[in-house]
Amino acid sequence: MINKIKKIFKDFGLSEIRAGMKITGKQLTNDKITVQFPEERTPISPRFRGLLALRRYPNGEERCIACKLCEAVCPANAITIESEMRDDGTRRATKYDIDLFKCIFCGFCEESCPVDAIVGTHIFDYAFETREGSIIDKEGLLEVGDKHEKAISKARQADSKYR
Amino acid sequence: MWQGFVDFVYQYVPWFDGGLAVVLIILIKGVALILPLIIMMAYMTYAERKVIGYMQLRIGPNRVGPIGLLQPFADVFKLMFKEIIFPTKANVYLFVLAPILAFVPAIAIWAVIPLGQDFYITNLDISLLYVLAIGSVGIYGIILAGWASNSKYPLLGALRSASLLVSYEIVVGFVAVTVVMAASSVNLNEIVSSQSGGIWNWYWIPLFPMMIVFWISALAETNRAPFDVVEGESEIMGGTHVEYSGMCFALFFMAEYINMIMMAALAVLMFFGGWHSPFEGVPYLQEFFAFVPDIMWLLGKMSFFLFLYLWIRATFPRYRYDQIMRLCWKVFLPLTIAWIMVVALMTQLHLGPWF
Repeated sequence: MINKIKKIFKDFGLSEIRAGMKITGKQLTNDKITVQFPEERTPISPRFRGLLALRRYPNGEERCIACKLCEAVCPANAITIESEMRDDGTRRATKYDIDLFKCIFCGFCEESCPVDAIVGTHIFDYAFETREGSIIDKEGLLEVGDKHEKAISKARQADSKYR
Repeated sequence: MWQGFVDFVYQYVPWFDGGLAVVLIILIKGVALILPLIIMMAYMTYAERKVIGYMQLRIGPNRVGPIGLLQPFADVFKLMFKEIIFPTKANVYLFVLAPILAFVPAIAIWAVIPLGQDFYITNLDISLLYVLAIGSVGIYGIILAGWASNSKYPLLGALRSASLLVSYEIVVGFVAVTVVMAASSVNLNEIVSSQSGGIWNWYWIPLFPMMIVFWISALAETNRAPFDVVEGESEIMGGTHVEYSGMCFALFFMAEYINMIMMAALAVLMFFGGWHSPFEGVPYLQEFFAFVPDIMWLLGKMSFFLFLYLWIRATFPRYRYDQIMRLCWKVFLPLTIAWIMVVALMTQLHLGPWF
């Protein structure tokens, strides 16, 4: 009986409504947690596996020796490599295509690479304008690598002691 | 000022006979009211997104113009250029008529809302009754929209809105009765005048429970959260609005927001002393705030209630349909009827400073 009366007072005093509105009222002045994406970005781990890229040695020579380990290990068969001997007797890739529709960003190619040629960058917001644009050839991959070499080597540096 | 304008029209525009001049003046008065009202409505949508965003720890629209201030205009232009799609088997005439029927009463109510001392379009003697009557006409728009769409979800929404609004109309009517008894007038101007003299003379003290009941009913009347079963995005995916697009939808949207502003104005007029300053009769503060025009007090109080709309929407989940009906018929109606008795006794016995 006394509980019933208590409940009636509680209900007509709108106590729970007031409690709820107090919470939202407090949130109104709290700091906002929105990250405004193109201008602000959330921090990314050095191990992040984004768009793939091919690296060069500091003297400008491309690292890839067309050993085709990445092609073999790729679970999605996204990588196609053709190679031939160059004039100086080294083996180099004549064709190195990655189909980004197939790629699942597992990073196995990077793990398998003996010369650290193919790497995952921190780029995740890219787009193609044509359907064929999904296939990146060797020149495209090298271009990405040249453009972001600083970030790539920095991420490798940060992660090196855990490898 | 109006008189000067009228004289000007008679003097320099001789081909206007009396009747035409009156029509012209009323037209100008109407436009002078409706334009600010629509801009207010547009910025109400902006405020809604911003306030609810802030309460959800987001920042809301901030891309169009500085801090998103031009967002309402972007929305308006988007809606204006959108195609109006008619469902195949819809009744096109009713389909187009419905948003107009929702919008026109929402605007028409403002003819009698006094915004300040001698600042209104008409001083109707039964203005409170007019507000209630025209307010209930707006329901036809929603019911017709649900019927004319010839679609299941709109019809469900229309049925819900019909019973919801009819039920809460009764409660609003009874609450209005208590105010009318307290003020012994149905004229909104006189209801406000009878509350003159400081914050303790306003009716929210003697009619406090009615104020709460009125505000919750106002939420239901305007189909706002937590009573927005008419739209019920998660249940009937937009209710009566499902089949509407472009300007037809915009009219419903505008009707809803103008009704919200109207309900806020009505709450202020009936319980919070309308355009009266809260410091009337306070020796020092009265002179200090004397420069504030009376319409600013009204708008200030209204903006609090409009903020309350958004605050409540950000806080509460939607009511279940039967709970809404229970709240209306089993809680509010007995409470208001009981309070009518109380107010009757209070007015008869001249209790307190109010009656």
